[in-house]
Order: sequence, then C-alpha cells, then structure tokens
Amino acid sequence: MLIGKPSDIPSSEITSKSAYREFLNRRRFLKAAAITGASMLGADRLAEVLEPRTRADAAVTKLKTVYSPLTTTGEQLTSYQDITTYNNFYEFGVDKDQPAKNSGALPTRPWSVKVEGLVAKPRTFDIEDLLKLRPLEDRTYRHRCVEAWSMVIPWVGYSLSEFIKQCQPLSSANYVQFLSYYNHGVEPWATRETDIRWPYSEGLRMDEAMNELALLTFGLYGETLPNQDGAPVRIVLPWKYGFKSAKSLVTIRFVKKMPHTTWNDESSFEYGFYANVNPNVPHPRWSQEYERRIGLPFYEQRRKTLMFNGYTDQVAYLYKGMDLRKNF
Amino acid sequence: MNRKALILLKTLTWIACLSPFLWLLWCAATNTLGPDPTKTITFTTGTATLEILLISLAVTPVRRLSPRLGWLIKFRRLLGLFAFFYASLHLLTWMGLYCGFQPDAMLGDVVKRRYVTAGMAAWLLMLPLAATSTNWAIRKMGGKKWARLHRLVYIAAVAGIIHYWWQVKPGVLKPLDETLILAALLIARPVQVWLQRRKAAARAAGAPATVRG
Repeated sequence: MLIGKPSDIPSSEITSKSAYREFLNRRRFLKAAAITGASMLGADRLAEVLEPRTRADAAVTKLKTVYSPLTTTGEQLTSYQDITTYNNFYEFGVDKDQPAKNSGALPTRPWSVKVEGLVAKPRTFDIEDLLKLRPLEDRTYRHRCVEAWSMVIPWVGYSLSEFIKQCQPLSSANYVQFLSYYNHGVEPWATRETDIRWPYSEGLRMDEAMNELALLTFGLYGETLPNQDGAPVRIVLPWKYGFKSAKSLVTIRFVKKMPHTTWNDESSFEYGFYANVNPNVPHPRWSQEYERRIGLPFYEQRRKTLMFNGYTDQVAYLYKGMDLRKNF
Repeated sequence: MNRKALILLKTLTWIACLSPFLWLLWCAATNTLGPDPTKTITFTTGTATLEILLISLAVTPVRRLSPRLGWLIKFRRLLGLFAFFYASLHLLTWMGLYCGFQPDAMLGDVVKRRYVTAGMAAWLLMLPLAATSTNWAIRKMGGKKWARLHRLVYIAAVAGIIHYWWQVKPGVLKPLDETLILAALLIARPVQVWLQRRKAAARAAGAPATVRG
C-alpha cells in the first residue's frame, strides 16, 4: 500500500540536503549514542531511521509492510547506497553506475501489467491494484549475480504464486514468461551499448514460479523500488542468478513451451534457462565457487557460494532427477 | 627538444602513468573503492595496462610523421615498463583476490578459462621485454636481435585485447575503442613503410630533374 501519492512531495523538498546535514551534525553525539543503543537491541530498522541513507532516488515512497517467516536472517544487509548504485540494467547502460544516473525518465506511473497467453481471461492489472492485492511482506534475500558478486537485500513484495492464482492460468500453461518495459526513447543505451534483442525476456517453469520464495517485488528497505532496481514491479528469485529476476515488468505471459530468455539468446553456453546458483557448475569465463560480497573492503569480499544460494531446503525438490550440469 | 623541456615532459609522464596507482591507493586508504572494490582494482589496473600499452605503440608511427618528433623515442621504454607494471598488478589482483593465492584455483583458471589464458599469455609475452629493457641488455643482445624480440609487444597487445573481449559479456561492445586504436596503430606501420618507399622511389626518379633545374 502506498502512503501518500508518489512524487507528491519529494523528500528533497521538505528539508534541503545541506540544512539536513547541518541538523545531523548538531545531533551527531545524540545520534551516535542512539544508534549504538538501537543496534545493541538489534533494532536495525530503528538504526536505519536514525541514520538516513544517501538517497539515490528521491521519488520513492514508504510502503506499509508486514513480517514474513520466509525472510533470510543472520546476514548483514547491503547498504541502500550500494543496492541503488550498483545495478545491472542494460537498458540504461552497461556500467553498474549508469542505471542510477540514466533511469530517471522511466515512467513508473501510471503503470499496468498485461497478463496474456494461456489464461482463463487475459487481463491488465494497474500497479495500484497490484500493490493492494496482498499484504506487502519484508523479505530479506541473498542476491547472487552470475558475475560472482552478491548482496543481501531487504525486498518488499508478496509471493508470485499469489498473483498467478489471480491470473487463472490454464492447465496447458507449462511456463510463464516475463517481459520488461522497453522504449528506445527512454532507454537509448539499450541499443547504443549492446546488440541485445529487446525487450528483456525471462521465464520460469510453472512449478518454479509457484514456489513461495519467488517474489513479486515492489520495494526495498521498506520503500518503493527506485527506477534502477526495476520500478515499479519486478521479480526476485533468490535461488537463481540475478539475471533471471526481470525488472520493470509490463507483460506476464503464460505459455506451453519454454520461452526465449534474453541472456540465453545472447550466449546459450554461458547462461542456461534454469540459471540456479550452483558453485559446482562454473561459468565458462569464471568459477562460481566463490563470490564477492558487495560493500566490504577488498580483502574481506571473497566468500564461498552456497548451493541454490543457500535456499536448498526450499527449492531442491524442483530439480530432483535433473542433471544440473546439463540444465545449468 | 631541449633538456629542460624533456625533463619536464618526463616528469609529467611519470605523474600521468602513476596516477591510476596513486588513485587506487588513495581510495583503498579512504575506503572509497566503490561497491565492489575487487572489481575496481581489477578494472583500473587492466585498463591502465591497455591504455599505456597503446600509447607506447603509438610512439613509433607518430614519430615517423615528422623528423622533428624524434625525441618521442625517449618515452617508449618508460611507457612500456609502466604497462608491464600495471599488467603485473592486474595479475596479482587475480591471484590474490579471485584465487586466494590457491595454486589449484589459479591453474584451473588458466587452463579452463580462455580469457585468463589470453591474459596470462599477454603478461608472459611482456615479461622478457621488461627484462631486456635496460641499455645493457640492448648492447648485449645487439640492436637487431633486440628489436626482433621486442616485436612480441604486438602479440602481447593483441592478446590483451582478446583477453578484454573474452572477459566482457557477449553483446557488450566496450573493448571496441581500444580494438580500433590498436588496429589503426598496427596498420599504420606497413602503410608508413609503403609510403616511405614510394616517396624514396619518386625522389630517385625525380633526382636528375632537380639537378638540371
């Protein structure tokens, strides 16, 4: 649920940044004491409120969220700054810092998601209705990029399965395809810097899509998604490499045959359809045994990658009997 | 080019060549290497290697444009050694931060991953060039032999560019600039030789006329 209309009053207008900083300086001692106390109590969110992050995107608004038992615990969250300035969103440029700079023109309101293909009745969902469909949950997940870097991100959303039930897919639907927003005028970098066939297409087998971890995602850190992270709605699949989690969704299509997927089109020997996180199956260009955690000093970044990114208990049944070396 | 100007230019070259390294040191000390410090270090040292190598390869064709540019040769060794310096840092980054200095991890990478193979080949090709960069080595080897050995730099540069292409995702065109520059620099050499020969031939043919005039 959105509290207040988006872009109603950008937070930057409420208090100027420098005035705010000055205020913070004066309160530094009190704040430090409060943060120490808050972290000691484990109240990370309180600490977060007391020490505001640098805002990469002023257009985000707060979301009302509830707790989820499916949230990942025991991991240090990656900073908001890093999550919102280190992005792979090739429509806005191939460098990690480009999406944050270039995605300002992404028109996230009004926004609708078309549901088509093998469904009882094709439908279009307005983003405001999608936000109200189910209670929004705080779900922290590990995020492992195929490029061997990783983050821990507090997403906001609800299980994709809840949405799929609303779509009433036919029994002949074996797969679901996700298509991202593409507009050359808004995203000229897409063709300037790559030879990818747009729009971005991703897909899942139906049983994968129905797994409760698959998250229809609207926000992070308790707020709506910044554009560079796939606003206003995206998929998050924590047991798969990041490229499976399509951003800025405009079409969800239920299909009989395995849909084409963007990175698989580009290089099928490097990016499989399944793309499950698997330390035992190397990428042709690098080992997947280790990953680099974002935001740590260079000598502390390297860590072992976990099978299914640590979500084996929840997802391993989906791939029983499959040769994961062939179906990488 | 007088001595003072040369010293000034050399100092500036040193500063320019050292700046990526100093920048990395500064960022490491102030914890501003960005979200993925390992990647920043890798990319900075790799890019510096290629760029300085390309500049060093530009020395000869640019020098041939005019007899007044002869002094440029005095910068070639400096540039070549800096390219090797960054290539070595780049290699160390891979050994330590990607492979954790584990011999099996490194060996596996070199054998299994073609971009690592190409990068390793480029560094190995630069190694004898750096080792024979002293005046003593040139004298000892003899100019001709030395020059022949140092043609390895062309293969090293090509291997470096291939390393870059094989490392980026398919469909990403980032290494294109460097590729085009290297191609131009490599083509410039035979073209210049051909132009010079033609000029020499024309001069030979036209010589009597000048005498008569």
